[in-house]
Amino acid sequence: MPNVQLNLVGLSKNDYRGAPTTLCAGCGHNSISNQIIAAAYELNVVPEDVIKLSGIGCSSKSPAYFLNRSFGFNSLHGRMPSVATGAMFGDHRMRALAVSGDGDTTNIGMGQFKHIMRRNVPMVYIVENNGVYGLTKGQFSATAEKGLRLKYQGLNPFTPVDVVEEAMASGATFVARSFAGDANQVKALIKAALSHNGLAILDIISPCVTFNNEDDSRHSYGWGREHQEPLHDFTFVPREQEIQLGEFPEGTTKTVTMHDGATIVLKKLDREHDPTSRSAAMKLIEAARTEAVLLTGLIYVEPNLPSLTDVAELSATRPLNRMTEADLRPDKSMIEKANAMMF
Amino acid sequence: MATPQVQETQQTGTGKAVVNDFSMTVATKNGSGSQTSNLTLLRALFKMGIPVSGKNLFPSNIQGLPTWYTIRLSKKGYLARRAEHEIVVAMNEDTFVEDLASVAPGGAFYYGDHLKFEVNRTDISVYSFPAKKFAKESTAPATLRDYVANMAYVGVLAHMLDIDMSKIREALDYHFDGKEKPIAINMGVIEAAYEWAKTSLTKTDPFRVEPMDETQGFIMADGNTAGALGSIFGGVQFMAWYPITPASSLAEGVSQNIAKFRDKEGHDGKTYGIVQAEDELAAIGMAVGAGWSGLRSLTSTSGPGISLMTEFVGLAAYAEIPVVIWDIQRVGPSTGLPTRTSQGDIISTYFLGHGDTKHIMLLPGSASECFEFGWKSFDIAERMQTPVFVMSDLDLGMNTWMTKPFEYPNVPMDRGKILWEEDLEKLSDWQRYKDVDGDGIPYRTVPGNKHPRSAWFARGTGHNDNAKYSERSEDWEKNMARLKHKFETASSYMPKPEITGSGNKVGIISYGSTDAAILEARDYLAENGLETDYLRLRAVPFTSEVKDFIDKHERVYVVEMNRDGQMNMILRLEYPEHTMKLISLAKHDGMPLTANWVKEAVELQEK
Repeated sequence: MPNVQLNLVGLSKNDYRGAPTTLCAGCGHNSISNQIIAAAYELNVVPEDVIKLSGIGCSSKSPAYFLNRSFGFNSLHGRMPSVATGAMFGDHRMRALAVSGDGDTTNIGMGQFKHIMRRNVPMVYIVENNGVYGLTKGQFSATAEKGLRLKYQGLNPFTPVDVVEEAMASGATFVARSFAGDANQVKALIKAALSHNGLAILDIISPCVTFNNEDDSRHSYGWGREHQEPLHDFTFVPREQEIQLGEFPEGTTKTVTMHDGATIVLKKLDREHDPTSRSAAMKLIEAARTEAVLLTGLIYVEPNLPSLTDVAELSATRPLNRMTEADLRPDKSMIEKANAMMF
Repeated sequence: MATPQVQETQQTGTGKAVVNDFSMTVATKNGSGSQTSNLTLLRALFKMGIPVSGKNLFPSNIQGLPTWYTIRLSKKGYLARRAEHEIVVAMNEDTFVEDLASVAPGGAFYYGDHLKFEVNRTDISVYSFPAKKFAKESTAPATLRDYVANMAYVGVLAHMLDIDMSKIREALDYHFDGKEKPIAINMGVIEAAYEWAKTSLTKTDPFRVEPMDETQGFIMADGNTAGALGSIFGGVQFMAWYPITPASSLAEGVSQNIAKFRDKEGHDGKTYGIVQAEDELAAIGMAVGAGWSGLRSLTSTSGPGISLMTEFVGLAAYAEIPVVIWDIQRVGPSTGLPTRTSQGDIISTYFLGHGDTKHIMLLPGSASECFEFGWKSFDIAERMQTPVFVMSDLDLGMNTWMTKPFEYPNVPMDRGKILWEEDLEKLSDWQRYKDVDGDGIPYRTVPGNKHPRSAWFARGTGHNDNAKYSERSEDWEKNMARLKHKFETASSYMPKPEITGSGNKVGIISYGSTDAAILEARDYLAENGLETDYLRLRAVPFTSEVKDFIDKHERVYVVEMNRDGQMNMILRLEYPEHTMKLISLAKHDGMPLTANWVKEAVELQEK
């Protein structure tokens, strides 16, 4: 018997894995999947107690790549939030873990995204944010930065949507941002999110390794075509390295070069930030915008608001989907009451 | 009033008393509180034992536009709308001229004396009454005077038609839930108007009412409330919905009543969840999520909402997730005629989705059947693991019908092929989409099942028996063939059609709220020498009785309320060998169907 490390619920890390990924080599999404696996393993989550959900897109394929023993639903583009909302009524004692993309969330799904925040559905909602549409090969999403140039699209003239700001404006009760390459922070935030009673939104910048279109760049299409290898039956992708940040202390900034040569500046929140202060969070977000840096870390948390299933006053001990005819069908005598209600 | 321009035969106008057999219409303004007066009249007549039906013809507007309420009394029990009105009460200056013109010759016209118009018809009886006086003199607070003013015509008609005042009191008692103050105010106005009419009006028309014993064993109900209560008795566990006329009252009926029927001893929480969604896309998404998680899940909407739900319905059918969707049909695309009735969503709903899809449709024909399909739809959805549509319409859903009392479900709940931990423990092998029983219906598990082999991945992408992603052609074809087989299996679970008559050459097929008009029209056709048989569809896919019925008849008229004869199209698709036999009679004016239209349309063909 090989020596396998088991956690407190008697499971190995392998028990938290999913199917082999079909995403591009080096995709930040795979890194996030790995941290979901690690966080669930370390938190001793029983996979059968989790439902995993997604919409449509590269990111939304992710739930197939972790927690094989959890029920999953790969739903419709932008409409995972509604499925999650209904699904949480089945057995509200379960945890929901949802993965979406920036196109899925901030374009087609903006409406449902905002409403799931205000309903405080108890779940972890991860946005794997890369600013482009991957599966349809490289169009701008609403989070693409102004001035970004993509090969087929040209220049993006519009102001990006900021997932964190939108979440704050919608009354989210747990708001965090991270970078896919910052494994430790991603894992820590997923763990915190899994412990939150309410909706926890994680905006995770996850660079797209494929749609990096500067022709003179090593990461261009041209370069890619010469170095491609087939990973999937309908597209070819270049072999790329996932961006890893390494050590990144709190309170510091770090400049990251993306696959297309562009740079972003990440700033990790320091210990002095009080994430329970809504006004402090809003100020920080606004300051970060002015400074053109991406704040990472736990930006805001309100741990004491009731979640949707609390508001729904469901049984603490028995989930709806275990209820039987005796619970659900009114007694025979009640038919008289129904008819008496009529005239 | 604005009614279809079909010339209908007149049955009144002689000197003899006409008892319990006429139609009356009240013309008011939307939002003027006339609904209380109209329902009081309707209910009082019903309590007198007279078969009645009431229809509210209202505009898409909150206040001020013309609205009409028609009450038909029929000693023979006919409940369909009639296009002609023997009695018209005019309370709205905007429609006065056309209301006056709409009175059948020999009929009676009542109008409030605040309406300063010349009445130039000599072929009818005309009565004017002080419509505002009694409210002004009543104990009603100033703010309510305009509303209770409408009780004046209730009092006037009560005297002129011989309506039993104690039954009016009973109706008010019901309406105000026994609250003495509003009952006293309204009854005061009615009595004052009654007394005034007694001394001031001389009756010159033949219309009056007499007590009968024909409503014993019936109730008055609207289809939406009936559907809501049926859903509650069906054990609805989750409902998500978005407001739309004429479907909102179904969802509201569930919200308002579920606690009364379902809060039981020993429960430490609710047995249901209800969410008013932000739009129809979210409403169906939530309902599908709940269906996936093992709940009896419901949403209600109308045609425009159904189209927004299309992508999710296709996904639910393909991922095989049970969900019940009520379509209370109204006229037209987009806004269309949002407060008019139609059966116009039949084709689009049957094939709703992309690729090869067909859906189960239940077709309630009465309020009591709305109750029945309220609970039965869940059994069918869970048994077949697919969306089930209940195709009602505005006329059935929002109007008040004399109907059979609701019956307690006569079978236990059918939760379908659902596996829990102990079931999986007994099975060496379980595959989500494997056709084990040869009926096309696989076995499912739902989130919360803790068995390690329980989980599966719901998706819209191609999948194999194991619910694993697959783009293999053979997997796709096999799965689609099974889904087709499952749909064929569904026909054996469908409510069978209701068939009346046999052995005649001519058959009529119809469905939904047209039933009342067909029953009446068949009598008129028979009076003119044409005996017909009648099959009322109650579901699609069709059961074998439908084909047998068509087989046995030389000609079959398919009567429905849309332009293109949508159910006729489906029948022709299913039974191409009978295309020549099936004759479409379709009407699409937004008004409830009349028996005379059906009779004349059939006779025109049979000439």
